[in-house]
Amino acid sequence: MEKGVSARRFPIHIAVFLAPAVLIYSLFMIYPLIDTFRFSLFSPNEAGNLNFVAFDNYVKLLTDPDWSSSFWNALYNNFILFLVHMLVQNPIGLLLAALLSLPVLKGRQIYRTAIFMPTMMSVVIIGFIWQLILNPLWGVAETLMWHVGLDAFFYPWLGDEATALITLSLISVWQWVGIPMMLIYAALLGIPEDLTEAAEIDGASHMQIFWKIKLPLILPTLGVVSVLTFVANFNAFDLIYAVKGALAGPNFSTDIMGTLFYRVFFGFQLQIGDASMGATVATTMFLIILVGILFYLFVIQRRMQRYTF
Amino acid sequence: MHMSILTSASRKINKPLGKLGVHTILLCYMIIALWPIFLVISNAFKSRKAIFRDPMALPDVDSFSIVGFEKVLARSNFDLYFLNSFTVMTVSLAITLVAGAMAAWALSEYKFRGNTLLGLYLAIGIMVPIRLGSVSILKLIVDLDLTNTLTALILVYVAQSLPLTIFILNEFMSQIPKDLKEAARCDGVSEYRIFFQIILPLTRPAIATVGIFTMVPVWNDLWFPLILAPGESTRTVTLGVQQFVGQYVTDWNAVLASLTLAIIPIMIVYLIFSRQLIRGITSGAVK
Repeated sequence: MEKGVSARRFPIHIAVFLAPAVLIYSLFMIYPLIDTFRFSLFSPNEAGNLNFVAFDNYVKLLTDPDWSSSFWNALYNNFILFLVHMLVQNPIGLLLAALLSLPVLKGRQIYRTAIFMPTMMSVVIIGFIWQLILNPLWGVAETLMWHVGLDAFFYPWLGDEATALITLSLISVWQWVGIPMMLIYAALLGIPEDLTEAAEIDGASHMQIFWKIKLPLILPTLGVVSVLTFVANFNAFDLIYAVKGALAGPNFSTDIMGTLFYRVFFGFQLQIGDASMGATVATTMFLIILVGILFYLFVIQRRMQRYTF
Repeated sequence: MHMSILTSASRKINKPLGKLGVHTILLCYMIIALWPIFLVISNAFKSRKAIFRDPMALPDVDSFSIVGFEKVLARSNFDLYFLNSFTVMTVSLAITLVAGAMAAWALSEYKFRGNTLLGLYLAIGIMVPIRLGSVSILKLIVDLDLTNTLTALILVYVAQSLPLTIFILNEFMSQIPKDLKEAARCDGVSEYRIFFQIILPLTRPAIATVGIFTMVPVWNDLWFPLILAPGESTRTVTLGVQQFVGQYVTDWNAVLASLTLAIIPIMIVYLIFSRQLIRGITSGAVK
């Protein structure tokens, strides 16, 4: 355990304990990430041999008219997806968590378990379920709206360019709201009793206690929730692919980075797959996610630490 | 946690919303969360006519039908898909737990050079999605001649699950009482036996937490089965449903039945382990 001892010879049993995990993780996770980046610096020539082209693939992706319009479209749509989650999913999660953490709430466990249920299901299944519900052929959504006198507003939202992305985002929100709810709920439970007790003795209402005392204390959790939302959204794929296929229709209006990556890598219709450009898209996604994480670590988390104590 | 609930039991819920208001909101949201799932399951047990005539109605004597399930079982290898998913999940979980526990033990028990750095290295995978390495993973799997094998999926899922597992088990290991291992060391027991005979069995309570957090994403994953093992014989449930629904999109009985078949097992597992899962989240195992 002494520093001098370990410096001389690395104890063999420690190496044995670490080896399986480090090997599998390095080979199937870290190496592919690095190799993907390396691969994005090459481009096949006419004979099919790979040539080193430095950052040409990135320039092509961002500026070449054949590529850039789909790239910027996917990136823009991805931001919309993220915004909908930030503006709808996380506030609902916060509200539900605040209600669930109220003292003396009967049925707390039933609510918690039920609301978290969709989060456990496969995105593919959830996508199909909502596709059926919103399908005008079946008319479930329309009938439901008719019951509340809103059937005139029914619309095949998933089929229209203008509404498909928002609809899919809301389906995703419906599924994932359990995550922010649980994380915020856990944070609220962790607030020491004496902090809120003092305020209560002073006659503060639960509403006041929540806004003035609890909310500032759980800001770090809201930061974690935001960065998790960011990573999950910029890595999303399954829902769009299940509901809309690789072409992310109508007319690419639901195309996000994940579906773009899939199409570029594997090809679609007449265009054949391009591994170099696929690697370029993947590395770009990696950089976007990295920027999000770094922004959280260095901008958000630092500010928040000041609030906590 | 229980104490705090007890001590606050005498308090009243805030006035502006009121008890009724709180329950109304939670109940409404509960219905929103469960109703779509319920709708699909209940219609899966109805005849085609009944599905369209009154989707909201529960199946009754007249409308009850399991023709959808018969079609699914006849037209696809759902039993095989289940077996594949189950195999991938259990083998991945077993390898992840043992390899993860070994690494977590090494990191939490021994002081050695580069300990912190290695911990950080292993933590990268918690945040960075493994999917972004797919181009090279596919190349690697092709080079290893493992395309369309469950082994390929297992290797990738173990790599994907290890970071979070090590993170959770690390916390867990640090709570193991010192006397236990010191006593064994005094008796001259080897480090390997200490781990495999004393420590590994002690991690059993963490299995459910680790299992739910790492294996639910594995069970639900579409991406890797799609790119690494799309063949009929290695298809998982999620991919199988995706392909089946795509193929029989107009056959409502079959579609609803296949969705129900995919929903039920995960629902049962969730209901069994939900307490453990929620305890795992609220105790701060994952933050």
